[in-house]
Amino acid sequence: MSIRHSLLALLQDQPRYGYQLRVEFEDRTGSTWPLNIGQVYTTLDRLERDGLVSNDGGDGEGHVVYSITEAGRAEVQGWFATPVERSNPPRNELAIKLALAVTLPGVDVAAIIQGQRTASMRALQDYTKSRRDTAANQRAADTAWLLVLDSLIFQTEAEIRWLDLCEARMLQLAQASGSRGHARKPSNAVGVDEAAPLTAENRR
Amino acid sequence: MSVQGPQQVLELAKVSRTFGQGATAVAALRDVDLTVNAGEFVAVMGPSGSGKSSLLALAGGLDRPTSGGVFVESTPLAGLGLNALARLRRRAVGYVFQDFNLVPTLSAAENVALPLELDGVPARKAHRQAVDSLRQVGIPELAHRFMDEMSGGQQQRVAIARAIVGNRRLILADEPTGALDSTTGHGVMEVLRSRADSGAAVMLVTHEARHAAWADRVVFIRDGRIVDEATAMHDPAVLLAPAG
Repeated sequence: MSIRHSLLALLQDQPRYGYQLRVEFEDRTGSTWPLNIGQVYTTLDRLERDGLVSNDGGDGEGHVVYSITEAGRAEVQGWFATPVERSNPPRNELAIKLALAVTLPGVDVAAIIQGQRTASMRALQDYTKSRRDTAANQRAADTAWLLVLDSLIFQTEAEIRWLDLCEARMLQLAQASGSRGHARKPSNAVGVDEAAPLTAENRR
Repeated sequence: MSVQGPQQVLELAKVSRTFGQGATAVAALRDVDLTVNAGEFVAVMGPSGSGKSSLLALAGGLDRPTSGGVFVESTPLAGLGLNALARLRRRAVGYVFQDFNLVPTLSAAENVALPLELDGVPARKAHRQAVDSLRQVGIPELAHRFMDEMSGGQQQRVAIARAIVGNRRLILADEPTGALDSTTGHGVMEVLRSRADSGAAVMLVTHEARHAAWADRVVFIRDGRIVDEATAMHDPAVLLAPAG
């Protein structure tokens, strides 16, 4: 997460002091990524050093107010105009855990998958409830928070679908090795056909 | 009559269902215990062939268990004759099928009113309740349309209106969003959720996580057994705790 760019973007709106920036940021992202006030001040110091914000002095109530410079505006524009790079590929603890689990003997992969599925489903239930409650308020101020919730919902749903696929693959592998009459290493996954689609429903 | 604690609308007690006999017997469900209370929305998730549709068919009295008991509002379905079972299904149970099961030669309102009329409700009253039910699913203006004049999403709403007409206490839905785009699917979940919020017991069978997530409880089924369950925490502090 780019705190630096987020603070700059908020300053583009109007001059603000550190605590205000923190409150604004958390308001607009539903406090999903809490900001440490120390982080805010350190970042403001660096932004000032780099000429992207200027220190307007105190507001008479003990707050140091910052405003954005022309260079700062250009920086924000560049940030919005540049797609977010996916770190290459993003580190995913769950994928790493499962990759190791399927290749090590004596690990109950099905139990790991189900345990994660339950935990992810619980999160998805909570996001969905939160989204429903927030949408019911119909407040324009919640728009940003709804977008963040949608993003969390899609990510969690994708994770559960991926777990379903992992499970289907494991089952296929187990059946394949069973029908050959000898155990095959699960790492022979390469070349296995796509898992049967989970959508086709066996009605009875 | 005093009722303590939540009111059980559906109870499955040690339910097993086996198809076929001897060496070729297939166990669709094994020793399943599950209750759904009034005001509760339960989703059953599992892959194809895991037994989830069998579970729903037993809950709705469309099929009978090989062993164990199914109770709807404390009435054991095993003790009911065919007529009594059909009456209970018409009055207490609303069933949304994957393929809608609507009658093409009837209008939307007539389809929705059908179970009421079969149950002896006068036509005019049944029609009024049908239109009210169509209003609840957001399509009162389509009351006089026939099925071939409606989109898949509209037909599914008619099917749901029929399932909830006359204030049924138990709503059972089998992949009701299968044929729908995601926005319409969302609308279906809103209707099911609001029925639960107004006191019905709702059981949904689905393989879609985002739909199951509307439920209070998600039950996972594998090979005919319930293997786990997820209950929403509704705790924002936990919800937003930084990962790892």
